[in-house]
Amino acid sequence: MKPRVLQLFASGINCDRELRYAFELAGAEVTEIHIRELTKSPQLIRECDVFAIPGGFTYGDDLGAGRVLGLEVEKFLSEELHALHDRGGSIFGVCNGFQVLVKAGLLPQVDGVDVSLTWNTSHRFESRWSRMIVEESISHILPAGSIFPAPSAHAEGQIVLGRGQTDVAALESANAIALRYCDRDGNITSQWPDCPSGSIGAIAGLVSSSGRIIGLMPHPERNLSVLHTPDRGNGAWGNGSEGLSFFKGLLAPYLAHSKV
Amino acid sequence: MNQNAWRVELELLPSRKDPLGGAATATINGCGMHLNKDLRVGRGYLLPPQLDRQQVEEIATRLLSDKVNEVTAIVAPDEKPQNGTSLLVRRMAGVSDPEAETAMRALELLEIDLQGLRLETYRSYRCQEEVDSNVFLEVGGAELANLTIEEAVLADGDLALHSIPTPLQSSRREVEVRNLDLAQLEDVSREMSLALTGAEMQAVQDFFNDIEREPTDAELETLAQTWSEHCKHKTLTGPVDFKMIDDAGDVVEEAHYDNLLKETVFAATETLSPEWCWSVFKDNAGVIAMTDEIGIAVKVETHNHPSALDPYGGAGTGIGGCIRDILGTGKGARPFASTDVFCVGPKDIAESDIPPGTMHPDRVLDGVIAGVRDYGNRMGIPTIAGTVIRHPGYVANPLVFAGSIGEIPRKYVDKAAVPGDLIVAFGGRTGRDGIHGATFSSEALHEDSESVDSAAVQIGDPITEKKVLDVLLEARDADLFNAVTDCGAGGFSSAVGEMGEDIGAEVDLDNAPLKYAGLDYWEIWISEAQERMIASVAPKDLSQLQSMCDKHDVELTVLGTFADHERLILRWHGEVVADMPMAFLHGGVPQPLNYAVASCPPQNATEWPAEFNCEELLLDVLEHPSVASKEYVVRQYDHEVQGGTVLKPYQGANGNGAGDGTVVKPRLDLPQGVAVGCGIAPRMAELDAYAGAANAIDEAMRNVVAAGGNPHRTAILDNFCWGDCRKPDRLGSLVLAAQACHEMAIAYGTPFISGKDSLNNEYRVGDEEVAIPPTLLCTATAIVDDCAKTVGSHVVSANNLLVQIGASNAAGGASVASDLLGLTDSKVPRPDTETAVVIFNAIHQAIGEGIIASCHDLSEGGLAAAAAEMVIGADGLGVEIDSDLVPSTGKLTCISALFSEAPTRFIAEVSAQDLPRLTEIMRGVLWATIGQVTSSSQLELKHNSAVVCSVPRSTLATANQVPA
Repeated sequence: MKPRVLQLFASGINCDRELRYAFELAGAEVTEIHIRELTKSPQLIRECDVFAIPGGFTYGDDLGAGRVLGLEVEKFLSEELHALHDRGGSIFGVCNGFQVLVKAGLLPQVDGVDVSLTWNTSHRFESRWSRMIVEESISHILPAGSIFPAPSAHAEGQIVLGRGQTDVAALESANAIALRYCDRDGNITSQWPDCPSGSIGAIAGLVSSSGRIIGLMPHPERNLSVLHTPDRGNGAWGNGSEGLSFFKGLLAPYLAHSKV
Repeated sequence: MNQNAWRVELELLPSRKDPLGGAATATINGCGMHLNKDLRVGRGYLLPPQLDRQQVEEIATRLLSDKVNEVTAIVAPDEKPQNGTSLLVRRMAGVSDPEAETAMRALELLEIDLQGLRLETYRSYRCQEEVDSNVFLEVGGAELANLTIEEAVLADGDLALHSIPTPLQSSRREVEVRNLDLAQLEDVSREMSLALTGAEMQAVQDFFNDIEREPTDAELETLAQTWSEHCKHKTLTGPVDFKMIDDAGDVVEEAHYDNLLKETVFAATETLSPEWCWSVFKDNAGVIAMTDEIGIAVKVETHNHPSALDPYGGAGTGIGGCIRDILGTGKGARPFASTDVFCVGPKDIAESDIPPGTMHPDRVLDGVIAGVRDYGNRMGIPTIAGTVIRHPGYVANPLVFAGSIGEIPRKYVDKAAVPGDLIVAFGGRTGRDGIHGATFSSEALHEDSESVDSAAVQIGDPITEKKVLDVLLEARDADLFNAVTDCGAGGFSSAVGEMGEDIGAEVDLDNAPLKYAGLDYWEIWISEAQERMIASVAPKDLSQLQSMCDKHDVELTVLGTFADHERLILRWHGEVVADMPMAFLHGGVPQPLNYAVASCPPQNATEWPAEFNCEELLLDVLEHPSVASKEYVVRQYDHEVQGGTVLKPYQGANGNGAGDGTVVKPRLDLPQGVAVGCGIAPRMAELDAYAGAANAIDEAMRNVVAAGGNPHRTAILDNFCWGDCRKPDRLGSLVLAAQACHEMAIAYGTPFISGKDSLNNEYRVGDEEVAIPPTLLCTATAIVDDCAKTVGSHVVSANNLLVQIGASNAAGGASVASDLLGLTDSKVPRPDTETAVVIFNAIHQAIGEGIIASCHDLSEGGLAAAAAEMVIGADGLGVEIDSDLVPSTGKLTCISALFSEAPTRFIAEVSAQDLPRLTEIMRGVLWATIGQVTSSSQLELKHNSAVVCSVPRSTLATANQVPA
């Protein structure tokens, strides 16, 4: 039996096609469900191994990116999502899906650390390829220390910490940082354009201590072949295989057995 | 005056940098303010005064504020804000406020009851120093607000929620026309903003005399919409007498057309009639085959006048409207790519040279880019191709072209409304926005346009449109409607009128859901409120469609029924307010004869200077707005959403190498895709309208062929933007362009499948009437048989050879170099169509065989600019070219070899071992090896064995990155 992905749909989600395609290419069976239906039957989450929220502009980013869908997820799905996580399932959010996970309080879950996502320091929507260094915290998905290229496309991708929280040490020690932006040589940087958002600590993605709630701003589902890379896999942006490896890594725990 | 509202204002924490505040400060500091500290920008919410403080605090904390990032200020209705001088910018009454809608929905979710009350949003700009508040209000209001739809107030003044209008109790009204003379008829047309000519008003008068009653206002409005230039294309489809005169004033060519468009553009498609064209010129978009089962629908629209008044809103609704055209093609196509082309005034123009009532070109450009960005990105449709043109002729009348491309299964290409079906509207609500958009766009702009036509501006809400898209495709696949179309110009009147043209329709206008009460029946009928679609739904399918709409949170309304009496009947409160035969509505417009006169284009040779500094000229060319990189625009567009953008607009290791066509896959699991290219040459058209059109078509073709598109499966679209074509000289150049379209399409085997014209792009100041340059945008869409075989436009391998395919010549009229050097007007090169077709086919063959490693077309800036772009996109490689080796017809000098702009030329990169095969493929084509790829990251140009130009990649890139 294939790993089962339950993929959320809501008004303004617009990266559903490519995310579904990526999961299917990586060997999953994907079911899509509208938030209106899922809030009526949240127990459907029990039928999946991975719960995924694609990118987009849910509710037009009104009141802040991910805010309103975050409220819905928190109010209606939180119990089932925690149960899914407790029994070994994964929760994955990309771009706006990541913003939803943060606003719903599912990431980063580190005591004493308040995280939010806000406008890029350039104050523009940034649509450009990024490189990320893989942290030890997700070495079960991709090799730690490797460079992971994927396109960024967001306006509110800057990770900020709450008042008086000035560095990312607490996130580091909790192994909550999954990915950090870096330059071509692998040096971590918060400088535009290598880091499109100006995130504190150059953070591109966060992960729970279990390693199974993961969110990131760039889009691995848009890097599935050499045709996707800006230089046709010539080396400046990897070789076109990294995105698919990411999804395979995400699904790996559910390949072996049928029920989580 | 209503009671003051609660204000909740969120600013970033004081410790955070506020980039929006910095940008706002820079904007007003150039215009009479001199702030030393940056403004702080806040997002504000007005809450009803009936709430108590505890309720307001709860709403602020649980919904509005982001406590990690922001500070919250609450101002009670009876308080004054304490923190310095602030300017508040809010929407005018009746302007949609989507964020407020979302907030009210979220409050329901939080189980906070607003007791039927509303909230509104605004933005605040707070000074951090002492300022003269009146100056701040004046300057800030003018520069930070869009006074067409917004108002600015000082924060220490009163601020109340807008009142809710009360429903209107109107009844049927007739307008007296039967006994008027011509001048009086024209007065009626003007007073009602109908934009109908005297002759058209007389046709209306004759009709109502025949049926022996006066028309109602709704009938006149319906006729005005349906007969508008925007909807009917009267000039292009009408009779024309054409003359070409030489410098001595003698007639050298004459022609008569009964229907100009039909005998030129349509005729070419009819002559070609390829079986792979599934739908041409009859639906909202043209459709060609990608595979046997999947078609590609393409449409390009203009949205010029609304964008001149409100660049952001106008461009956003421009792309939104074009996307709806794709949704309304057949039984619905799925949009997967967008295009945009902007024509604006020069960037260095002084404020004093800008006509009254007109914005600075930079502000227009920033606004239209932001409009396309925010609409397209929210829709999740990648904006993948386009350009920016700067020209003094567009200062007062900028042009905004927006295109949309969709995929549609073959079985959904045909549609027809069915008598007895329900007329179902779904999507956004109807408001007063965009009243008279169709008639407004058919008239020239004037200096008061900004104030009197504000209702012509439409306000877009992309998330509503996205929901419409979601439900429409789901309903299509469940076979829940027989036909669908969008509400564009003319609103319900055009959509229902067109769907019911052959059968008839009855509409109860009371049924239309309104954004706010108070609209009269004729306003409901012609409102151009956005994000609305009309479907023909069998009564049995309504409940299933209703539940689908409920799931997607889309409002559905039954407006009436399609009939079989071939009449249009409108009712309001049960009373018939319009009743006309469809035949008169669609066929009654008189077609007056128009006269066209064109003069002969310059034939003199270009006087290229004998001496020139090649390096300087090259860098100037790379900075010229026509050549300068548009990457900064593309980087604001989510041009890779949907995951199908496989040959990007900017490519290479540094992501800044300009591509030719962009290639997109509509289906991720199929090898096929489409290459999209845009051609536009107004500078050439000013000198030679025929050459301008021909070069635009050639450029679009070059783009798609270089990107791997199949020249035998390429369809093109025309968008004519011209001045007032009732004037013979304007129409003269239009006829020449139409002739070029006809001849080029047949010669290239590329049928036109759809098009749209926008005439009357003129601007009146006092007595002076200024027309834009003759502007034809040609958009080419080519099927790519296997996306994996496409190649980029930057060099990829040292020691590979560089060949120029296609001959250069010395004609440099309207070239970028001639513009920079200030040369006298001279002959503009025209394509040699016979050779061009052989070249396109040969390049396609060579790319398909994999012997071309990279390929770039020669366009604005000529060979030198193309070679520089091939270096800019490369990873540590360079290019070396010898200008003496350039293939040509006629004699070339170094400067004309490098900078002239003859059409149908390419540079291709090939390995030495593939050269013999290339030679076979290029039989019959003029081509030559002109240089090679080097391993030093620079461009080196040679003449007479000497290096005339040697520029490092970084210098080329820096020059090219100056924003256009």
